[in-house]
Amino acid sequence: MITKRIIPCLDVRNGRVVKGVNFDGLRDVSSPVALAEFYSSCGADELVFYDITASAEGRSLFTEILTQTASKVFIPLTVGGGINSLEDFDRVLKCGADKVSVNSGAIRNPDLVAQAAKRYGSQCVVLSADVKRVDGVFHVFAKGGREDTGMEAIRWIRRCVENGAGEVVVNSIDTDGVKGGFDLEMLDAVCDAVSVPVIASGGAGTIQDFIALFQHNSKVDAGLAASIFHFGEVKIPDLKQAMAEANLSVRR
Amino acid sequence: MIAIVDYGVGNLFSLKCSLDAIGAEAVVTGDAAVLRNAGKIILPGVGAFGDAARKLQSTGLDTVIKEEAAAGKPILGICLGMQLLFEKSYEFGEHQGLGLIPGSVVPMAGFIPAELKIPHIGWNALRFQKSSPLFRYIQEGDFVYFVHSYFAAQCNEFVIADTEYGQYLTAAVQNKNVFGCQFHPEKSGTVGLNILKAFAQLEDAPC
Repeated sequence: MITKRIIPCLDVRNGRVVKGVNFDGLRDVSSPVALAEFYSSCGADELVFYDITASAEGRSLFTEILTQTASKVFIPLTVGGGINSLEDFDRVLKCGADKVSVNSGAIRNPDLVAQAAKRYGSQCVVLSADVKRVDGVFHVFAKGGREDTGMEAIRWIRRCVENGAGEVVVNSIDTDGVKGGFDLEMLDAVCDAVSVPVIASGGAGTIQDFIALFQHNSKVDAGLAASIFHFGEVKIPDLKQAMAEANLSVRR
Repeated sequence: MIAIVDYGVGNLFSLKCSLDAIGAEAVVTGDAAVLRNAGKIILPGVGAFGDAARKLQSTGLDTVIKEEAAAGKPILGICLGMQLLFEKSYEFGEHQGLGLIPGSVVPMAGFIPAELKIPHIGWNALRFQKSSPLFRYIQEGDFVYFVHSYFAAQCNEFVIADTEYGQYLTAAVQNKNVFGCQFHPEKSGTVGLNILKAFAQLEDAPC
């Protein structure tokens, strides 16, 4: 049976991993290539590289490290950040990305998802949605979660899937950084609305949070996190062991 | 040398890198002469069957691949490239494939339980059906990465491995010197590299 995926996310600025990383035995802790190799060797099922660079120079450094990573790491690689056009899709796919995630770019240009799905196939297009409750209603936020678009999130996600998004990353702004567990209520609402794979993001603090996520809703396909992996608070081999013991299907 | 067929379908960068990583000499090419001179051929592919089949036909590479397969050259189709090895596909209509392996490519919808998502995306385990030189360095139960909505059917005799997704789906096939993987070995970590290594070590066809 298909396994639940565990996905570390690396924020990259000017070709370096931004958030501090705390690992034994890893010499260059801010090298995305070294970190990607490390995660791949400990059983990560997929990697997300998120480019938070603003300058053109930083962008070319990003594609350079992407190329280096793709030549050494042989698991699926998703790239996000600064994807606003088909040219951006092209740029990162040529450097070895397997999937491209769009967020604000899809909000600014509602045709982007459909155009990209037509050209590269749905399997290539990941919708990443930053979602927050506003007066009890799920709203989509843009610009890294800073701007309320006023759009109702579930309707937005469903529309993007109809336009060809092949997977959805649901990042709950409400639980992000709190480390109190994933936003199960929000994930239930998204899983009920779409039939493509759903990747949960925001809120994981412990191994138990992942187990609670997958046991709560069997339609959630993957769990994504950043700092808890980078700081070694949750080690992927331990996480997979615990998931297997909880009778969840994992790749080991 | 391994020739990776470039016929304008999909991104071949990762596949080339994975062959570099195992020390296999490989070239990405759409040149018929290079394909004929290569020791082995890999046929990759993503996207729709009909488009890909038309591109192979319009470049004339379909004939080259069929002739080289008949001459005994090891051929490996990956993902859509594997599906193209079959006689026909029913993806958006009916399309002719290369016919190197008897069988046809059919939709998963209606075959697997309705509550399962389509495409079948993610890591799934291999169940061996027959011994194959492709599996020299891997074990039954090893996980590989799949992304597909259609699968090869009516080809039981040629299935060397399948995978369970509500039903058992064809995961790898072999008809003599012609091999195919529905999954992506170039994205399946060490297991995938070991499959490519086994393919790279097959004896080249005599020229």
